[in-house]
Amino acid sequence: MAFEGLADRLQNTLQKIRGKGKVTEADVKEMMREVRLALLEADVNFRVVKDFIKRVTERSVGQEVLKSLTPGQQVVKVVHDELTTLLGGEQSKIAVNNRPPTVIMMVGLQGAGKTTTTGKLANHLRKKHNRKPLLVAADIYRPAAIKQLETVGGQLSLPVFSLGDQVSPVEIAKQAIAKAKEEHHDYVIIDTAGRLHIDEELMDELQKVKEISNPSEIFLVVDAMTGQDAVNVAESFNGQLGLTGVVLTKLDGDTRGGAALSIKAVTDLPIKFVGMGEKMDALEPFHPDRMSSRILGMGDVLTLIEKAQTNVDEEKAKELQKKMRDMSFTFDDFLDQMGQVKNLGPLDELLSMMPGANKMKGLKNVSIDDKQIGHVEAIIKSMTKLEREQPEIINASRRRRIAKGSGRTVQEVNRLIKQFDEMKKMMKQMSGMMKGKKKGGMKFPFM
Amino acid sequence: MSFLKRLKDKFTTQSNSASEKFKTGLEKTRTSFSTRVNDLVKRYRKVDEEFFEELEEILISADVGVHTVMELIDKLKDVARTRNIQNTEDLKSAISETLAGMLHKGEQDGRLNLQTEGMSVILFVGVNGVGKTTTIGKLAHQLKQEGKSVLLAAGDTFRAGAIEQLEVWGQRAGVDVIKHQEGSDPAAVIYDSLKAAKSRNADVLLCDTAGRLQNKVNLMNELEKVKRVIEREVPGAPHEVLLVVDATTGQNAMNQAKTFSQSTNVTGLVLTKLDGTAKGGIVLGIRNELDIPVKFVGLGEKIDDLQPFDADQFVYGLFSGLEDEEKAE
Ligand SMILES: Nc1nc2c(ncn2[C@@H]2O[C@H](COP(=O)(O)OP(=O)(O)O)[C@@H](O)[C@H]2O)c(=O)[nH]1
Ligand SMILES: [Mg+2]
Repeated sequence: MAFEGLADRLQNTLQKIRGKGKVTEADVKEMMREVRLALLEADVNFRVVKDFIKRVTERSVGQEVLKSLTPGQQVVKVVHDELTTLLGGEQSKIAVNNRPPTVIMMVGLQGAGKTTTTGKLANHLRKKHNRKPLLVAADIYRPAAIKQLETVGGQLSLPVFSLGDQVSPVEIAKQAIAKAKEEHHDYVIIDTAGRLHIDEELMDELQKVKEISNPSEIFLVVDAMTGQDAVNVAESFNGQLGLTGVVLTKLDGDTRGGAALSIKAVTDLPIKFVGMGEKMDALEPFHPDRMSSRILGMGDVLTLIEKAQTNVDEEKAKELQKKMRDMSFTFDDFLDQMGQVKNLGPLDELLSMMPGANKMKGLKNVSIDDKQIGHVEAIIKSMTKLEREQPEIINASRRRRIAKGSGRTVQEVNRLIKQFDEMKKMMKQMSGMMKGKKKGGMKFPFM
Repeated sequence: MSFLKRLKDKFTTQSNSASEKFKTGLEKTRTSFSTRVNDLVKRYRKVDEEFFEELEEILISADVGVHTVMELIDKLKDVARTRNIQNTEDLKSAISETLAGMLHKGEQDGRLNLQTEGMSVILFVGVNGVGKTTTIGKLAHQLKQEGKSVLLAAGDTFRAGAIEQLEVWGQRAGVDVIKHQEGSDPAAVIYDSLKAAKSRNADVLLCDTAGRLQNKVNLMNELEKVKRVIEREVPGAPHEVLLVVDATTGQNAMNQAKTFSQSTNVTGLVLTKLDGTAKGGIVLGIRNELDIPVKFVGLGEKIDDLQPFDADQFVYGLFSGLEDEEKAE
């Protein structure tokens, strides 16, 4: 499906690969096909995707991934890491001119969200940095654009400088800065009209506004829903004006936002802020890691993988997997596994993070109580070695003894043994699913 | 008669300023696209994997979307196989045929559904900043020129300055605007506009709405309410629900089309900002998956920068460079 996350897709790919025991370079290639599709569906420019895949393939065919027990997850991690690195750090700082006012110019295509962002930025400067910005209405073309900025200014109780729509933007900028000096505004934010990057006349006008106002920042405002053309727009604006940063708008929508990566890749400009709504306080710093997860469509699964990686002993996991397959899973393994799971954190939280977990019938109604785990542990520890290895031999008198030894009731012991049986069955099913191609199959991080 | 020949004929008999305008607007799109296809054809003499790979890239770079592209490529591979086409030159017309076939399904589907008797109501919907208000201004002008009496409803009561923006367009087109105050209930404005349109015997009522992202459930509910008011007040209305899509938009446009269709039963698309370098290829996928036709294209910010969409013309625009070469042979 179009919006399946990368993690899910790799999972499916892996199901085909699994059972062969080893992941080959060809398998990595297959996985990269999925990565490519995911990125293209997220609107990352196809050239950027190409370069990216090359880099990630190189890293993925490296030793660490192929030898790993969880190559699929390793690939997701490599992809995610690379994406995050490419997207750059968190940098929401705004330049300050040592001779005020500091001028910020807002530029971009029509309908990108410049006026709204101008208001948000002013609000941000005032609230977070205690500044006194002056808003400048330099969009003399779009009907009622000035009125829009005036309304925004009114909502924020911030002054808006305007000379109507019969005076050139260059003149407006000039007079606005003079006024800002006079009235001791430390920031001037110029809202310019939306224009196409190929409109020479209007791009020329922007250059003139730049010359006269000597801005410390020129922000390109880009709609997060932009497709393949984002690279042309960003490259062109940057080439003609020398931008200093990017603001990504409308990220509160359901777009994957691959444009962020495209723009970063071709301009190397920092993405400073993201717009998260129509309200004036809906401006947030850019988080590269969240953005990569979003582009890859995979929610919280990374946190999960990270947790699993730091806490799970790979040798043990391997052994466990084998046992699951041939049904030789014992109470000792159970105890062992529980110990590992406990290291991962609260169980329901873990389950909720797992892609596909909600699709699994067996798991849906299991509510997991951490306190209960302690009881289970006590019961198992009261079993003899033989009982743990061959649970079939646990008859009624053995059950009574175990109950006494653990301080739990016989009913609880019965319930655990029953659950253990069921779990074994489920595991067999699951390892079957992992080998087969059946959809909806899933894999615990510790398997 | 070959497909391109047919298109050519269509053009010469039409040869009015409208088609010229459309062509100029598409000039950049066309040159870059057809130049690339031509390059491709020159570079690869043989129809092979590599050729298809690059064709795939060209289509993806036009925002057609991977799924649609893969479908298209499969179709073309089929065509190449069954017609035993080995020379890339011979595949050119198959490429444009396949694309046009996807967009063009009937004579009617590009046309606006206007009532011959009584009032027609058109509802405009879409995400923020795509060009709804501008398109309404342009369409009002066009309908007025056709001799119709037109009324505009200022249904965007949310965005600052939106009402004033529509009023400016009303003045430009010479049509009245029914409005309430900023912040008021959009359904109430629409209700009043319907009443006014009825009492004035207007031919067409164009209803503006606030831009909204399709994942905002409460805002989509609000839109449904607006539509219900229209349905209740005028039987058979709205006669068109036009989803305005910015050509710069990538794959999210598919989500927009899906979700807006679910809540307002979209009957057509307006593809705006085609005067830029973006190609709006997503409409292929939308047509393919949801069967929503494109009715208009926006080619600029001026009042006459709106043109009816014609699938053949669109594809002709994309491939006219190919056609010239065919003629020269
Ligand atoms: N270049 C170009 N700009 C357009 C086109 N249609 C609308 N715009 C511009 O896009 C911006 C947003 O348009 P608007 O009608 O306010 O969008 P709305 O929020 O959907 O009502 C304005 O600056 C319009 O002038 C078009 O076809 N081409
Ligand atoms: Mg509007």
